[in-house]
Amino acid sequence: MEWKPLIRRAGSEIFKSSVAAVWFMFLTFPLMVIKISPLDRTIEWRWMRMVYVGVGAFLLSFIWRYMLERKETGAEKSEADSWQKRAGNRIRSDRMIFVPILAAIGAFVIVFPFMFSSYQTSIMITALMYVMLGLGLNIVVGLAGLLDLGYVAFYAVGAYFYALMNHHFGLGFWAALPLAGAMAATFGVLLGFPVLRLRGDYLAIVTLGFGEIIRLILENWNEFSFGPSGIAGISRPSTFGIKLTLQEHTVYLYYIMIMLVLFTILVVGRLRNSRIGRAWIALREDEIACQAMGIDKTKTKLMAFALGATWAGFVGCILAAKTTFINPASFTFMESAIILSIVVLGGMGSIVGVIVGAFILILLPEYLRAFSEYRMLAFGASMVLIMVFRPQGIISGIRQRYEFHGKAREEVRT
Amino acid sequence: MEYFLELFFGGLTRGSIYALIALGYTMVYGIIELINFAHGEIYMIGAFTALIVASALSLAGMSGWSLLILAGVVAMIYSAAYGFTLEKIAYKPLRTAPRLSPLISAIGMSIFLQNYVLLAQTSDFMSFPALIEEFPFMENVTIIRSSELVIFITTAVATTLLTLFIKFTRMGKAMRAVAQDKTMAMLLGVNVNRVISVTFIIGSALAAVGGVLISSHIGQINFYIGFIAGIKAFTAAVLGGIGSIPGAVLGGMVLGWTESFATGYVSSDYEDVFAFGLLVFILIFRPAGILGRTTSEKV
Repeated sequence: MEWKPLIRRAGSEIFKSSVAAVWFMFLTFPLMVIKISPLDRTIEWRWMRMVYVGVGAFLLSFIWRYMLERKETGAEKSEADSWQKRAGNRIRSDRMIFVPILAAIGAFVIVFPFMFSSYQTSIMITALMYVMLGLGLNIVVGLAGLLDLGYVAFYAVGAYFYALMNHHFGLGFWAALPLAGAMAATFGVLLGFPVLRLRGDYLAIVTLGFGEIIRLILENWNEFSFGPSGIAGISRPSTFGIKLTLQEHTVYLYYIMIMLVLFTILVVGRLRNSRIGRAWIALREDEIACQAMGIDKTKTKLMAFALGATWAGFVGCILAAKTTFINPASFTFMESAIILSIVVLGGMGSIVGVIVGAFILILLPEYLRAFSEYRMLAFGASMVLIMVFRPQGIISGIRQRYEFHGKAREEVRT
Repeated sequence: MEYFLELFFGGLTRGSIYALIALGYTMVYGIIELINFAHGEIYMIGAFTALIVASALSLAGMSGWSLLILAGVVAMIYSAAYGFTLEKIAYKPLRTAPRLSPLISAIGMSIFLQNYVLLAQTSDFMSFPALIEEFPFMENVTIIRSSELVIFITTAVATTLLTLFIKFTRMGKAMRAVAQDKTMAMLLGVNVNRVISVTFIIGSALAAVGGVLISSHIGQINFYIGFIAGIKAFTAAVLGGIGSIPGAVLGGMVLGWTESFATGYVSSDYEDVFAFGLLVFILIFRPAGILGRTTSEKV
């Protein structure tokens, strides 16, 4: 046995971790250790915290380096070998597995509100709303490759459209839903026009600005939007004359959401393989080549903005109906960031990925409530960690590929 | 006229702070094409460190200019250290990743750092001591405060030093080379990782300067100040043409004046609407920002 290199390796690893521990102890020293109370002008020294940071950093740096190393060696393996791809192919190709899994998920979804409390159902409705938002933004960011940081603006447009229409004219939920989508689509085109010439990050900041402008107008234009106090008493979805209790309303809304999510998945899935969907992907990959192939850039981009915004409009309308109260505080930039994170974290361009991403990002903070004050800390950290160790997202997008197999030409999905 | 001048200097002060933060954005973007969303948090950490150091030292009996300089230097060191660590943890493993991944990692870091400060210190507003003392010769001047003068002069000095650094030192030359073509610079023996680290360190230290000065001017801070300042400063950087250093300063000033005059003459409620409206307006007519060069894409 060769002991020497092993010991040397262990020594160097321990040294690296010690350096990390000392560095983080230095880094967190003023903020973690010193606490000034300005009233009685005293300093509280919290030395124990420094010890925790040191020990924590020492141990975590081992795991960190081990994981990074694993990721680097793992990347060399061909992608087709990954267990995820194989499992995915297996599930999709084998009916004996695919159908029962789908049936099980379907059954679970149907009985969910009866198995769990209405609080759980309500959280699930929120998660489903974010699935829709994620799928909508996925059209703009994942398919068309236009980085939109102001997606929440369309969400707000949908919500305020229903709220105001309901407040002033008593418009019902079912009539407002398609109109809210159309309204948001109009705003999508309105935003789309001026930013057509911008690319990449300029687009990102302009959309961000647009989102903030909408929120600030809602906050300050009291005569129109009732300002920061918002609009209360919005009607819930009507039930064709049947009286429902609050709990039953939640269940009802849950089923509406399930139907809408299925509808969204259907539409987005069909869109992706349609003419316009392929045009988006082409646009994302190479704008110049795309134009050379005769694709109308203006029309394609505007279409992406409009269709993406439509879903936000729908969900906005649902939000207003769910909470019966809205105010501008629900439409901050953070909301856009969360929706974008759902898309990127789940895997850009992949429908299953977006669904998984939405469930992780919405349910994680909910169930982390046990750690109450640490939950947002853990949330931020897990966003960083998922990106560092799986930069392509949890479930990476499926690419249509055509391969030759001897004489016969067949379509292979990988 | 006096009111106009007051607004003018107010805008100049704001603009200086935006410029100091925007420099960090623009340098990082110029080199690795990343919107460093956590940059605002670095600025906030700088302000908090200065507050803690200044409070601790003033309890020990220190005051005056030496206190300001000492607190400022410690804040710069800590912000730089945070910026350096941030890059090593959240961005370096993602150099070859898809373009949006580092952005999400940056948003995650921003949430993390905000909550870190919230938990380690407090969620309340903390009053920040006025570290910048009134000059005796400014007693009869009403249109501009001493702290505004200090902020403006510091920004001018910092920007000049940065420009000289980038123009005349070896490291500055390497930075320009990496910004132009990372692969080529690497082939010619430039240590790209080192250049990126230095960029983050300088950008973070400048943000700390901005954080200390404006906190002392306004008089209170909390864990959330970095977010708004970060977005505004990024707007300033884009306004001026991202990647360009004079552009960041110009963008900061234009943004500062717009906000100041909009607040003064129209309504303080719509201050941000004017800021973002100006951004949208300028980008429609000059898609690369005021000083940015439009590069035609080669096929």
